[in-house]
This record gives sequence, C-alpha cells and structure tokens, in this order.
Amino acid sequence: MNEPHRGDSNKKASGISTIDVSLCLDFGGGSSPPFSLAVNVSLPGAGVTAIFGHSGSGKTSLLRSIAGLERKALGSVVVNNENWQNSTFFLPTHKRSIGYVFQESSLFGHLTASGNLRYARKRAKKRTKGLSRKVIEIMGISHLLDRFPSQLSGGERQRVSIARALLTEPSLLLLDEPLAALDISRKREIIPYLELLKQNANVPILYVSHSVDEVARLADHIIVLEQGKVVAEGAVQEVFSQMDVPFSLQEDTGVLLSGTYKTHEPEWSLSRVALSGGDLLVAEVSATVGADLRVRILAKDISLSLSAEDHSSILNRLECEIIDVVEKAEQSMALVKLQTGDDFLIASITRKSLYRLGLVKGMHVWAQIKSVAIVQ
Amino acid sequence: MINFSPEDISAIWLTLKLASTVTIILLLIGTPIAYWLARTNSKMKGPISAIVALPLVLPPTVIGFYLLIAMGPNGFVGQLTQSLGLGTLPFTFGGLVVASVFYSMPFVVQPIQNAIEGLGDRPLEVAASLGAGRLDQFFTVVLPLAKPGFITATILGFAHTVGEFGVILMIGGNIPGETRVVSVQIYDHVESLAYGQAHTLAGTMVVFSFVVLLCLYWFQSKRGGQWSMK
Amino acid sequence: MKRLVKQFEQQTSHNVIVSYGSSGKLFAQIIHGAPFDLFLSADQELPSKLVALGHADSSQQFTYALGRLVLWSADSNAIDEKASRLKSGDYTHVALANPRFAPYGRAAIETLNALGLVVSSESKLVQGENVAQAYQFIHSGNAEMGFIALAQLYGEGLDRLDKRRQFHGSKWIVPDALYSPIRQDLVVLNRGQAKQIAQQFFDFMRGDVATSIISKSGYSVSTNHD
Repeated sequence: MNEPHRGDSNKKASGISTIDVSLCLDFGGGSSPPFSLAVNVSLPGAGVTAIFGHSGSGKTSLLRSIAGLERKALGSVVVNNENWQNSTFFLPTHKRSIGYVFQESSLFGHLTASGNLRYARKRAKKRTKGLSRKVIEIMGISHLLDRFPSQLSGGERQRVSIARALLTEPSLLLLDEPLAALDISRKREIIPYLELLKQNANVPILYVSHSVDEVARLADHIIVLEQGKVVAEGAVQEVFSQMDVPFSLQEDTGVLLSGTYKTHEPEWSLSRVALSGGDLLVAEVSATVGADLRVRILAKDISLSLSAEDHSSILNRLECEIIDVVEKAEQSMALVKLQTGDDFLIASITRKSLYRLGLVKGMHVWAQIKSVAIVQ
Repeated sequence: MINFSPEDISAIWLTLKLASTVTIILLLIGTPIAYWLARTNSKMKGPISAIVALPLVLPPTVIGFYLLIAMGPNGFVGQLTQSLGLGTLPFTFGGLVVASVFYSMPFVVQPIQNAIEGLGDRPLEVAASLGAGRLDQFFTVVLPLAKPGFITATILGFAHTVGEFGVILMIGGNIPGETRVVSVQIYDHVESLAYGQAHTLAGTMVVFSFVVLLCLYWFQSKRGGQWSMK
Repeated sequence: MKRLVKQFEQQTSHNVIVSYGSSGKLFAQIIHGAPFDLFLSADQELPSKLVALGHADSSQQFTYALGRLVLWSADSNAIDEKASRLKSGDYTHVALANPRFAPYGRAAIETLNALGLVVSSESKLVQGENVAQAYQFIHSGNAEMGFIALAQLYGEGLDRLDKRRQFHGSKWIVPDALYSPIRQDLVVLNRGQAKQIAQQFFDFMRGDVATSIISKSGYSVSTNHD
C-alpha cells in the first residue's frame, strides 16, 4: 500500500470547481522529530471532505497551510480557479475567502457572542441578506447572543464559532477538529448542528478529525494522512471498504453503506432498512419511508457462516460472495472482503476459522451481522 | 496650611506638563516598538530590547552626562538640531522631553510588549481568518485585549517622569517655568536648608502620586482585568 | 585638597580620610551625627551654623581660603580681558552655580549686579546645582560662558607647564571689588574622636606650607583670621 488510492468521486459536482492543493512544509526539529508535510491532492469543490489522521500526521498543518496561516508552506493552492498561493505569490489569510473554526473555539473575549458575529459580518466579502438570521437559527444560538464567551459552555462557544465563520460568506469552510476539545455529551449535542450545517451550507467544507465516527457521519470524501503524506483518498465509502486499510483506520475497520428506510416494526421496536443486497433490521429510527440512510457495519461485528440456516439469535443475515482475503502469518485475525448486491462488506475473523471453513475467493457465504449503526 | 510659593506652583505645573507630554509621546512611539518586539523573530530583537532597557540599568547622572554632551553644540544630536534651525536642546523644555522620552521608554514599552506577547498568535489568526488586515487586527483585537498593559504603561511612564531628577538636573539648567521641575525645586529647598518648604512640596507630590495611582488601579480592576480569547 | 592631605600625612605620618560632598549635604549629615573630625566648607555660613548649634566651638573655626570667581569659556575667543561679550550681552546662555545656596553662585549674581547686567542677563541664566555642574555646562559648550571657581581651572593646566594638555578656552578673573569675599571656613567638630590629630590638622592648615599650597591652587588666603 504505497500508492494513495484515488476514487473517482464526485469531483466536479454542481459546476463548482476543485480545491487543488500541492504543498510542502517542513516541521519539527528540537524536541519533536522533524517531518515533512508533502501533499498533492485535488479535493471536490462541494460537500464535506475529511482530512483524517492520528495526531502528528500533519492534518492540522495542512488545514492551516490552506488557510494561509503557515507562511513557510511552499507550493500552490488553487481554490475555485482562484490562485491563493504559488511559487511567486502568497495571498495573505485575511484576503482568502475562508471561514476557519479552531479546535478551541477562540471567540474574542472582549466581545459578546453577537459582537463576535458582527465582527465577521463587517468584514465579509459579500453580504447576502438574511444570512445572519438563518445562520443563527441553524446553529441555535439566538438566546446566547448577549452573553460573553466566558458565560457560554464549550459546546455553545463552538456553535457561535461556526456561526461566526459562516457569516464571512466564505468560499471554503475549514473546521479543525471542532469537537476535539469537548466531552462526549457536548459532542453529541453539536453533531446534529454539524449535520444541519452540511445540509444547508453551500460551501465546501474541509473537516480535520482523528475520529472515525465523526468522519463516518459527516464526510463525503476523505483523505488519510500518515506522517505528512497522503496514504488514501477518495469517496468515503470506498476508502472505508478498502482491504489494505491504512493503519489509522484499523481499529475501527468497517464499511459505510447507503440504505433506504423501508418500514417500522413497531411491535419489536425495530426498523427495516433496505440495502442493495438485502434488508437489515435495526433499532427503531425515526425516518420517513424512502429516506436515505447511511449505515455503518464494523468488521468485528460480522461473522461468516456456510449455511443459510437461521438457528442463531442474530437477525441480520446477508448472502455474499467472497471477493478477497487478507491474512498475515503471525496474526490471529484475517480480513475477508465480501460483495452483497452492489455493496461491499469487510469481516474480521480468525485465521483458524478461515481455514476450518475453507473460505476462498469466489465462495458464497452468509454474513451474520451482529450490530448495525445508523449514521445519519 | 499648605502654602506654596509661586515658584513651587510653577514647578508643579511644569512637572505635570512634562509628564503628560512625555507619556503621550511614549505611547505613540513606544507602541509600535513594543508590537514589533513582541511579534518579531528577527535577530535584531535582542539588541533592540537591550537598547530599550538601557535606561533601567544606567545611573541617571550617567545618562544625563552623555545627553548633555550629545545635545550640546559639539555633539551629534546638537549638530542635528542646529542644522534644523532648532538651536540646542539643553536648558529647554524640549530638551527635557527628549531626555525623558529616552529615560522613561522601558517603563512604557515593556508592559505593552509583555501584554502583546501574552496574547500569542491565536487572536490575530482568528482576526485574519475573519478578514481583518494587519492594522485592523491591531485596533480591533490587539488593543482591546492588551488594554491592561497599556494602562500599566501609562501609569509607569507618567509616574517615572514625575519622579525624574538626575537626568533633568544634568541638562535642565534649573530655569524657572522652563526646566525647574518639582524634583529639582525640592532639592533646592533642601540645599538651602528650607526644610519646611521642602516638606510641603514633597509631601504634596507624594499624596498626588498616590491618588493618581489609586485611581488608575481602581479603574483597571473595575474593567475586570484582562480580557482573553475564549 | 589632595595635596594638602598628602603633605600633612607626610609630615605627621597620620592617616587622613577625606569625604567629598556638597557642603549642604555634609552639613545635614553632621547635624544628624556623622562621625567627622573636621569640616571644610565652601562657605562661611554653614560652619558658623554648626557652632551656633553646638556642634563645634567658635575658637576652632577659621577661614582657610578665599574663593576667587572667574568667568570662563571653553571657546578661546569668547572672552577678552575686558569681558566685552558679557557686558554687551552677546551670548545665549551664561552658567553659574545656584545663587540660592552656592557661594560662587551668589558671587556671580553680585558681579552681574555690580556691572548692571542683572536684568538683561536674567533670561539667559542657566543654573547648575554647584560650580562643578556649571563647569560641565560650559565645558560641553552648552553655555558659551559662565562663572566658576578659579580653582577649578587649575586642573586645566593654567599654572603648570603640561605639554600634553594645552590650556583651552578663555577667562576673565573677576576683580575682587565686584563681589563680597567668598570665605571658606573650616571647623573642628565636637563629635570627632581623634581630637589630638584634628588639632594638629587645624594648626597645619593655618601654617605657611598649607597656605602656600592653597594660594597656588587658585584661591586667595586671608591675612586676618576671624
């Protein structure tokens, strides 16, 4: 897995052009080992692109470089056919049409929430009527406007920060691990706002994160960074279903599938979701018939059976064909890639079972799925 | 009761005039210097910091002595002022202002520099991301967030100039209404054994300074201290 | 002073320690208990005050020197034998010691008064706290001329043939008639411990050797001792 994988994703969607980034930045020295950021990608000009990696992988540096906050970054940045940076030219941050949300909200302490919003509005490069009201409504902060940042909770501050970034009417919205500094309950509080943001903002979003869950929920496109280099890139569903999974994804190896809401089964408090290869029963969700749902299935939650028999407590069983097998000699676990309908699944099973069941490419098996997460 | 002679009153007015003028000038020229020192990575930062801090270390009489020579007709400053048609600076109010600006500079620059350094990069990055250019950033973010530093700088600059003696003694010439400031006037009272007048004048200055400082510190605490990024 | 002390130490093999300072400050120290044996003042008033306050005895006070006032400039062309530029007012600043408490300053004002120049020179007067500071103002060129003690110029090589340093500047020794004598008195202090040696020094200062040194240093010596 030396080459980054490129998916042919929705690059030229909606007529908005791409975000082309080709950057080098040298880091470290002193107490930390020096490393280089070397990235050459073309990101879609719409939707949410996640920049994923562990801490120290360079993802924040990449985001900051795109924003123009790293003067030492060499290379080029072209956004929407606009030249932000090249070998002879450097557009300073305040002239780049960006909105930036920092990890620790970074609201101006000497201004109220509305003061912070007005600061952004005053300097916006264009001003669409009614945007302030809309943004305040979406982020649910209208009751917080007269408070000072010191009077707001962490989650509230982040919502105000996001609103503030939006009010500059940017061409590109950059979010640097916006949930990292929050505890679980605050995170859960904000994620719906981020989803609302995704639906309502007509702006491409670059979202830096080290959380697979956040990426699974929000991202359309993903680039994976390891030690400053891109090791995987493409539509999020595809990258997640890659067998030679980048190191950073390993613990949460699993796939993302697109499903459609079918029906309720109220007597069991279950809902039925249709995938291309069959139906799944999940814990009750509120959705309308025909609504699109994103479904996440972890590899460790899939076991394989040779027979169609229904003698176990596991409800969800999909018929599949084995596409690929990855195993390593000294390791106990192996990965099996399966196709069901048009979708792919990855199952993590012991090597012993692999051999005991004689599982090879091309075989038809049943995937028993113990746990399914609906990731809106 | 307090009985000031007209010379005493003139000395007080002159001192207040000097301290105000010097403080305002230092805020205007000291702020860009403090800003540069706070944010630069240049190799010149060390040497320039040392030059600014020099008056803290040198005895006032030494400073005054060199200023007397430099500002005189044979010194490089004196020749400059003469070529500009300004004559020479010693024995003039302008000369006191120049000397005091130099002598009180670290007291104004350092608090401002420390306050700006304390802000770090983040507030400015945020401002930039919201479309604020350098000057805009300075007035709308740096200034309000560093306000306590500016207040301290004003207090210290003013107070230090009021109390200045050695340098003014060296280059002032003790001219009534022009260079005879309170510190020199008190000294003269003592030298001529007029202890009563010395007490009156000195005591008044102590009370005045104390009240000024009290007011400024009260004003600062009322504002809730330092704003920060949240 | 150094020459006097050296001479005395050679003659008597006693050690003398000298504390220099402005007369006013030394006076203040003495009345607050400083342990000096003798006080040599730049005026007469302070020693007399010490006697009046009981810190010294009037029999132990005498005038050891008469100060001589000189108008001096660092510029060799500024002052002629008649001090014409002073009299015509052709200067921007004239320096002097503070007449309020410095004897040479007082003498300078008396001189200006005698020459009828007080009013015309008033706005151009620049005061130093003492003659040393007045000297600095003149030496640095900031005051074109000023009144100092003649004794100060003796360091400049007026009387010595010092080949390395040429005398520069110009001077006018102010005639004695224009100002009241600057009597510089010394007094033996009651508080001093070394009473015998102090007495020896007192007598030494009245003797010919001392008198000769003093008059060669830019002072006059009074012929009658008060």
